[in-house]
Amino acid sequence: MNLQHSVMSNVLRPYLAAVRSTLTAALTLENFSSQVVERHNKPEVEAGTSKEVLLNPLTISRNENERVFIEPSINSIRLSIKIKQADEIERILCNKFTRFMMQRAESFIVLRRKPVPGYDISFLITNTHTETMLKHKIVDFIIQFMEEVDKEISEMKLSLNARARIVAESYLTAIQG
Amino acid sequence: MPEVFTLAQTPVTAHSFSADRSQLAVSLNSNDAQILTRQGLEWVPTVTLSEHDKLITSIDWAPNSNRIVTCSQDRNAYVWQEQPDLETGKLVWKPTLVLLRINRAATHVRWSPREDKFAVASGARAIAICSFDPENNWWVSKLLKKPIRSTVLSVDWHPNNVLLAAGSADMKARVFSAYIKEVDERPAPTAWGSKLPFNTVCGEYSSPAGGWVHTVGFSPSGDVLAFASHDSSISIVYPNGPVIHNIRMPSLPIVSLSWTSEDTIVAAGHDCRPFVFSGSEGGWQEAGTLDDTTSPRSAEPRSGFGPSNSVGRLRTSAFATFRDADSRGQSAIAGSASPTADTKLLTIHQNTITDVRPYEYSGSNVIKVSTSGVDGMLVIWDVNAVVALTGRLGGAHLM
Repeated sequence: MNLQHSVMSNVLRPYLAAVRSTLTAALTLENFSSQVVERHNKPEVEAGTSKEVLLNPLTISRNENERVFIEPSINSIRLSIKIKQADEIERILCNKFTRFMMQRAESFIVLRRKPVPGYDISFLITNTHTETMLKHKIVDFIIQFMEEVDKEISEMKLSLNARARIVAESYLTAIQG
Repeated sequence: MPEVFTLAQTPVTAHSFSADRSQLAVSLNSNDAQILTRQGLEWVPTVTLSEHDKLITSIDWAPNSNRIVTCSQDRNAYVWQEQPDLETGKLVWKPTLVLLRINRAATHVRWSPREDKFAVASGARAIAICSFDPENNWWVSKLLKKPIRSTVLSVDWHPNNVLLAAGSADMKARVFSAYIKEVDERPAPTAWGSKLPFNTVCGEYSSPAGGWVHTVGFSPSGDVLAFASHDSSISIVYPNGPVIHNIRMPSLPIVSLSWTSEDTIVAAGHDCRPFVFSGSEGGWQEAGTLDDTTSPRSAEPRSGFGPSNSVGRLRTSAFATFRDADSRGQSAIAGSASPTADTKLLTIHQNTITDVRPYEYSGSNVIKVSTSGVDGMLVIWDVNAVVALTGRLGGAHLM
């Protein structure tokens, strides 16, 4: 168990380090007013109307089930995460969990209300966020989120299984008796 | 030691000093420009210039004619002049309208060296060259349009009052002629060309790896052009040839630069500290930085470690270091008390530097520069206090 854990972490470490470096480089944002619509100022990565202010999006993947998709632009970046889902229970839990978060997106500030297709959860970070918050703390937050979400889901799965076992046991003892 | 002032808790989008440096015009990420007056070690707000109704993007204070020009994302620019009030006789700042004729945000503004013209960069893929029309008492503009294909992010004037450099989001830096018949006399031939009607493109240079050109600058003589782009590189152009020196940096992109003499440049940006570049036509290199991150700061001591210290009994810093390295891909810098888990950066500026401007001259050379940043700070640096770069990035917690 211990050995397995250390092997997993060794894979996780370069993955998170790659996400951290990419995110730090991508979070070089500035205030940029729309050059298409007068007096508007919107995240260019969402508007997508000026091709030259979008940078090449890139994917960092740990394996086929876990990956991060980063789309940088001049005044905003979008980061989408595909969370590991090994079986049906994890799929349901992940869906419920991300839905719960995204319905409360305002309180997470950088969270997007809908994920990008093919991903489970998306964050939208604009120049306003990097101006009002410390940039390296935003990076820390994303990394911490990625780290915790797997843990959270496997914990929920464990407690779900435990509960199922207790329910089944008490149900069966009732029949027996 | 650099002089550090905290002007506000909001970002400083632009700053410009008056000629005697006792006053400072700033835009604190709002629709109003403010004039601050120095009182001892503090900058006290004295006047608010409010006319714009969107974010002010750039400010320039003409040193000789004592006029301020501001431009904003509301597509307008105003020239402010100190005039006696009709009723009270006190000096107040009065705005004059500028007919910019652009229909997108104005992004950057600079007075020409003779202060009879100014250039306004804009998101309308054009640069407005404005000159005063005394008949109607307003500023009129002529537009430089070709061949700009995206938002112009910065402009800079050549000392001959005619040539203008512009950097834009179409990954190009260009040199234009902004010759206006009514204002300028015929310019003498320069290294950039001899016949210069309006909108002549005297040079067009691409950024080495296709990044938006954030900033441009002519050297004091005007014979050399420097520009920095989002691909973390800075390029120095000698027009004869042309000889172009590209320096690619391991740090985050530069967004503003200022020449301090014919052979040195101070540039700063997302890495939160000013870099110094030096060289000549033979070659250019990074000389170091003005922000010595290795020297001990007398400021507040850094607290040990941040939010994630609930690891039971194993709460030693060594444990935290290895745990962070293991679980978050974060490595602490050896020797210091885990600054990666801290909220404070090692540099003086705590966020992106938005503007670098010359502050004090000695002869023709700049001896001090001022920088303002997203962290609301204004720092005045001695340009001769260059320290060698240490291996790591100043602003980024990486490696």
